[in-house]
Amino acid sequence: MPAYYLEALTVALGIALLMLEAFGPAHSKRHIGIFAAFGLGLIFIANFFAVGPEGASEGAAWAQWELWKLYRFDNTARFYKGFALVCTVLVVLMSVDYRSILSRFTDQPESEASTGEYYALPVFACAGMMWMASANDLAAAFVALELVTITFYILVAYLRRNIGSLEAGVKYLILGALSTGFLVYGIAWIYGATGTMNLDAIGQSLVGGNQLAAFEGAVGTAAELSSVTPQTRDAVAGMVSTGNPTLLFGIGLVLVALAFKIGAVPMQVWIPDVYQGAPTPTTAFLSVGSKAAGFVLLIRFLEPLLQTGSPVARQVLVMLAILAGATLLVGNLAAMGQTNFKRLLAYSSIAHAGFLVLALAAWTPMSDGDLSSTTTVGFYLATYLIMTMATFFVLAQVRIQTGSEQIDAFNGLGKRSPMLALALTILMAGMAGVPLTVGFWGKFFVFALAVHQGLWWCVALATIGAAAGFYYYFKLIRAMWWADAADASPAISLPTISRVVVTTLTVAVIIFGVFPKPLLWLLG
Amino acid sequence: MLLVLVLLPILAAFAILAGAKPRTAALVASGINFVLGIFAALQPAAPYWDFSVNVVSTPDINLSLGLYDDGMSVVMLLLAVIVTLAAVLSGKAPEGREKLYYSSSLLISSGAIGAFVATDLFFFYAFHELALIPTFLMIGMLGRGDRRTTAWKITIYLGFGSLVLLAGLLWLASAAGTFSIPEMMAAGPVAADAQKGIAALLIVGFGILVSLFPFHSWAAPAYASAPAPTSMLHAGVLKKFGLYGLLRLAVPLVPSGLQEWLVPLCVLLLGNILWVGFVTLNQKRLDTMLGNSSVMHMGYIFLAIAALAAFPENDLAKPAAILLMFAHGISIAMLFGLTDRIERKTGSLEFADLGGLAKPMPGLAFLFGLVTMASIGLPGLANFAGEVMVFISSFRNYDPAAGLGPVQITCIIAIWGVVISAVYGLRAFRNTFHGPTRPATENASELSLCERAPALLLAVVLLAVGIFPNLLLSLLR
Repeated sequence: MPAYYLEALTVALGIALLMLEAFGPAHSKRHIGIFAAFGLGLIFIANFFAVGPEGASEGAAWAQWELWKLYRFDNTARFYKGFALVCTVLVVLMSVDYRSILSRFTDQPESEASTGEYYALPVFACAGMMWMASANDLAAAFVALELVTITFYILVAYLRRNIGSLEAGVKYLILGALSTGFLVYGIAWIYGATGTMNLDAIGQSLVGGNQLAAFEGAVGTAAELSSVTPQTRDAVAGMVSTGNPTLLFGIGLVLVALAFKIGAVPMQVWIPDVYQGAPTPTTAFLSVGSKAAGFVLLIRFLEPLLQTGSPVARQVLVMLAILAGATLLVGNLAAMGQTNFKRLLAYSSIAHAGFLVLALAAWTPMSDGDLSSTTTVGFYLATYLIMTMATFFVLAQVRIQTGSEQIDAFNGLGKRSPMLALALTILMAGMAGVPLTVGFWGKFFVFALAVHQGLWWCVALATIGAAAGFYYYFKLIRAMWWADAADASPAISLPTISRVVVTTLTVAVIIFGVFPKPLLWLLG
Repeated sequence: MLLVLVLLPILAAFAILAGAKPRTAALVASGINFVLGIFAALQPAAPYWDFSVNVVSTPDINLSLGLYDDGMSVVMLLLAVIVTLAAVLSGKAPEGREKLYYSSSLLISSGAIGAFVATDLFFFYAFHELALIPTFLMIGMLGRGDRRTTAWKITIYLGFGSLVLLAGLLWLASAAGTFSIPEMMAAGPVAADAQKGIAALLIVGFGILVSLFPFHSWAAPAYASAPAPTSMLHAGVLKKFGLYGLLRLAVPLVPSGLQEWLVPLCVLLLGNILWVGFVTLNQKRLDTMLGNSSVMHMGYIFLAIAALAAFPENDLAKPAAILLMFAHGISIAMLFGLTDRIERKTGSLEFADLGGLAKPMPGLAFLFGLVTMASIGLPGLANFAGEVMVFISSFRNYDPAAGLGPVQITCIIAIWGVVISAVYGLRAFRNTFHGPTRPATENASELSLCERAPALLLAVVLLAVGIFPNLLLSLLR
């Protein structure tokens, strides 16, 4: 099956869900969520059978299409598409269990009437994320990214009778628009410097002694070459030797714009407020799905720039190292003082972005002997998905059943609901990176890469960050086990879906924590 | 088979959480482990102990367990299973918290056993961390006194120490190019330029975990606050992980690095013996006195490590250190267990409230007296053999022509620590058991046989090893 079917199927599923919303029963909407999760699950299976043009059967017309210049399909793409699908399934399921809050803050507080779109929109965002995983051209990347971002504008502000959600929506909109501006502007500079928006062509234009020849090789036949203007050819020929400030400026702008998506410094300011205000499933989606999509785009963007022989590699790595160090410091240190658990998770999400960017700053290409940066980032994100999603499932239920998202709301949970407290303890230990949980491997690989590349300052900052992480994640464990509950606080019981998901993911934290090979195998 | 030893407590802990009878399940698991541990000591070379499965291929990391040829692991394993059995036997969970109480104890035990038999650097570290978390939880939930502050302090302290240690271990692994400890040991010391840094990180990292002066301030309040099985397991077994790690990794792999830090190490260990010794003299409570004395005794084991650092061919220092670790583990566990009994019978551990307990509880007084004598180093008990060997080993490379080296000077000063421990040990015994009875102690009832069983088990071990140190020394080839 050609790989682009996946996105098409996902969009079709989204439209079908909207139809179901419009023509289905008006008072009950949860079946839309179940249907969405089921459909996405099927697409997830299809993802394993998708092939790119090199896997096409003899004489298949689609393999020759121009599309494959914009769209590529490889192991990385397959992994991140699967990642987006799993993440969306979990988000939709979480939304089903979150519906009481959704209906309370939408038009008709007593019924589910206006909650239907909340299950369909993530599917569209998912299509955008899947496309980002395959983007091979900055223009395509931009379109995919906007599909995701615009969907999120709605999802963040979905609770239209809740002032916090609206405030979050406005903040996200303004900063999102700003970062879009950075992105377009950066792409324009890169286009100006290299004459192309195709990532392969940018890569080929950067390496080798004769840039022009490489560029011609990338563009292909002579017929196509004739379409390239003389100015472009001059630009390409001249850019590398002159130290190319133009290109670096463009790269810097794009990095800033992507920092918005992944939640890294300098575009991290929106995260705490938006995470706190948005409906919890949206927060989970932002924190996992949107971040992962940002990272795959970042990887796609960096691969050509950091290949061996690239003249800008050194500067780009310095930029990344600065981003990583600053993100690690800001995320971890700011998290220490938080008393609201959702906000704490927001800062922890920044902190995790710091570790992920550090893995990229310690760029190690794919080779036999070493673990590559790409694999490390993918692995870290997978572990992050497992732990974060489970935590948000629990948080959503705590919010519904106690009405609070403060760390105090977890006081004495060890006595009230011991099994849930145990699960949350394992999850927090995983987030902090305690050995024998899956979170440790992620941090371990990042540290190994950074030490291997000799980024000592970043290693020192990451150590401080990890130590701070111990402090703030254990704050929750302390609240659950050591503090006494307020008298009126009820026991928390998870509804069926949440219970199954949280149990599965918590067990996964332990199993992959001892035996991470299956996750690495998924990464190819 | 070692996998069974590690997994059995974990499985029992999960069974308890899932609804099995807590005390029974814990006793069964620790009993089986005890038998298996004895069996391992009888046949340490048998091939069926080893276990290995690859968990990550790049870098090459294996979940591999094995008993090393040098016998250190077997002795530590024995210590772990003996103390675990005693801890589970002597514990009495507060009403309604049995699940947590017994499953935490089992998890601590499993982590300690795993760390002692792991032959891969990664799991060596990971198992120790596994044991720390239940320790924190137990102190925070079931501790005495200001439990929250104490638990938070130990969490931060040991969490930070573990990170420093992790940095050192990763550096060691990258310098050696492998995570497999037997491969590292076969390849010998790592590159000379990395040794000084690795040694510093290992001394500080392991040092924090073992409460090396001046990183010791977490230990006494934590032991005083922790429920009895936790302090027995932590002070008796888990804390030995740091010393074991130094002997296992630092001594053979970074010998010249250790040598560079020899003088600072000697100064710090004297801090343990003298400074903490004087602090111990001034304690007003039995439990904090024991906690401090346990910190103090770590100094002697560090002295053996210093002797090894000064003279790597020292054939006496390593057995001495292991023997003393074993003896100290058994005796401190017994002391904490008995102290817990005293508190349960009298309701107080203040010396001011205690006194004359020998009259209502002669059996307890005898056992307590025996183990106090052991811990101050009376001949015939295990600690004596260990301490004497440590002192002798530090003169192993003494050359009269060259004069006294730093280790010899340290040893001469450290011997005075024996006097300090005799003073506080005997004084504690007098204050608790002799003199007139007080309101709290008048009506205390004697221990039943059942209550005495864990202490008897430990006392037999102390006597046996004290009279026949070769029982253990023959394992340390």
